[in-house]
Amino acid sequence: MNRIECLETIYDDLADCAVVTIMGAVAAELYSLGHRPNFFYLEHAMGLASSMGLGIALAQPSRKVVVIDGDGSVLMNLGGLTTLARYAPANLTHIVFDNESLLSVGGFPTATSTGSDLAAIARGAGIQDAKLVTEVTEFSDEARAAIRDDRLSCIVAKVDAVGPKTFHMDVHLLENRFEFARALRPDPDAR
Amino acid sequence: MPVSERNSKVVYEALKGGGVGLVSALPETWLVHLIRMAEDDPSMILVRLAKEEEGVGVSMGAHLAGMRSAMLMQNHGLFAAVNGIVSGAMLYRIPLLMLVSDRGHLGERDPWQTEGGRYTRRVLDALGIVRDDLVEPESVGVKVDKAMTLAQSSLLPVALLLSRDLMWEEPAS
Repeated sequence: MNRIECLETIYDDLADCAVVTIMGAVAAELYSLGHRPNFFYLEHAMGLASSMGLGIALAQPSRKVVVIDGDGSVLMNLGGLTTLARYAPANLTHIVFDNESLLSVGGFPTATSTGSDLAAIARGAGIQDAKLVTEVTEFSDEARAAIRDDRLSCIVAKVDAVGPKTFHMDVHLLENRFEFARALRPDPDAR
Repeated sequence: MPVSERNSKVVYEALKGGGVGLVSALPETWLVHLIRMAEDDPSMILVRLAKEEEGVGVSMGAHLAGMRSAMLMQNHGLFAAVNGIVSGAMLYRIPLLMLVSDRGHLGERDPWQTEGGRYTRRVLDALGIVRDDLVEPESVGVKVDKAMTLAQSSLLPVALLLSRDLMWEEPAS
C-alpha cells in the first residue's frame, strides 16, 4: 500500500476540514494532489502536528480537523497521544502513515520496524478508536468514516517506504501559515 | 503550601483580561493555584500536557484557529520546549505568551532547581525572546496585557518570569 493511493481516497473528504500534515513526503504528496488553503504543512517542529491538531480542535469544536502524521513524528511525541486521549476531541481524526522509516532523511528504520505497534500504543494511551490498516480500501473506509463521524479516531496505515518524485512545494511556509489562518476564520455568513 | 493563592488569582485575572481562552500547563508547585483556577473556569480551556513542548503545538493550533492562549510552565519546561518554540512558534511567527516559573533563582532552597536557574534568562536571551519579571502584584495586570500586546503584534513568543516574591509566601515564623 502506498501513501499517495491512500491520500487520493480521502482527498475529497478533506475539502472542509482543517488539515495539518507533517513535513517531507506526506506534505509533498498531499500538495501534489492539489493544494488548498485549509491544508497546513508543518515543515519542522517534528512531533507537534498532533498537538497543533488538538489546539485547533479545541479552539473550533465545530470544525473537523485531520492530522496526517508519520511514524517518526509520532515516536517523537508519544506523550502527545495521552494528551489527545485525555481531551478526546470528537472533531479530530489522527491518521498516521507508518512506513517504518525516516524516509525523508534517507530511510533510516524507526522502532516500528522492530515491532513497536503505534495503534496499540495509541489504544494504550487511551484513544479507544485506534486501528491498524494495511489495505487501501480498508484505509479509505476507516478514514472516511472517521472524518465523517463525531469521535476521536486514530488510524495507523502501514505503507511502503516510497516517496514522491519531488519534494518541491511552491508555497512558502509563512504564506501557508497566513493562508491557513484565514481559511480557519469563521464564516461570517454562517453566524 | 505557601504558594500565594492571592497573587495566583492576580495572574489568572490578568490572563483573562488579555483575552486568553486556552492555557496549556504542566504542573509544578508554584503553578498549582493557577492551574486549578483554569480548571474551575468554564470559560477557559485547560490542556494538561505530558511534556511542555506539546503546549507550543497546542498554542500554534489555537492561534491559527483564532484563539488567544498562554503556556504555564517551569523554567525547566521552557528548556524542554525549546525546539518547538524555535522551529514551531518562531519559524511560523506565532504569538506565544509563556508564563515561566523562575525556579532556581535568588532564594531557592531546592538544590535540584539551582542548576537550571542559572540559565533561564540566558536561554531566553539567546533565543531573542523578549522577557520581563512579574514581581509586584500591582504591576502584573499591565505587564501581562503589554506582553500579550507585543506577542500579538510581533507574532513572536514573549516570556514573563513568575518570581519567587510573587508566587511564594513565606509562612509566618
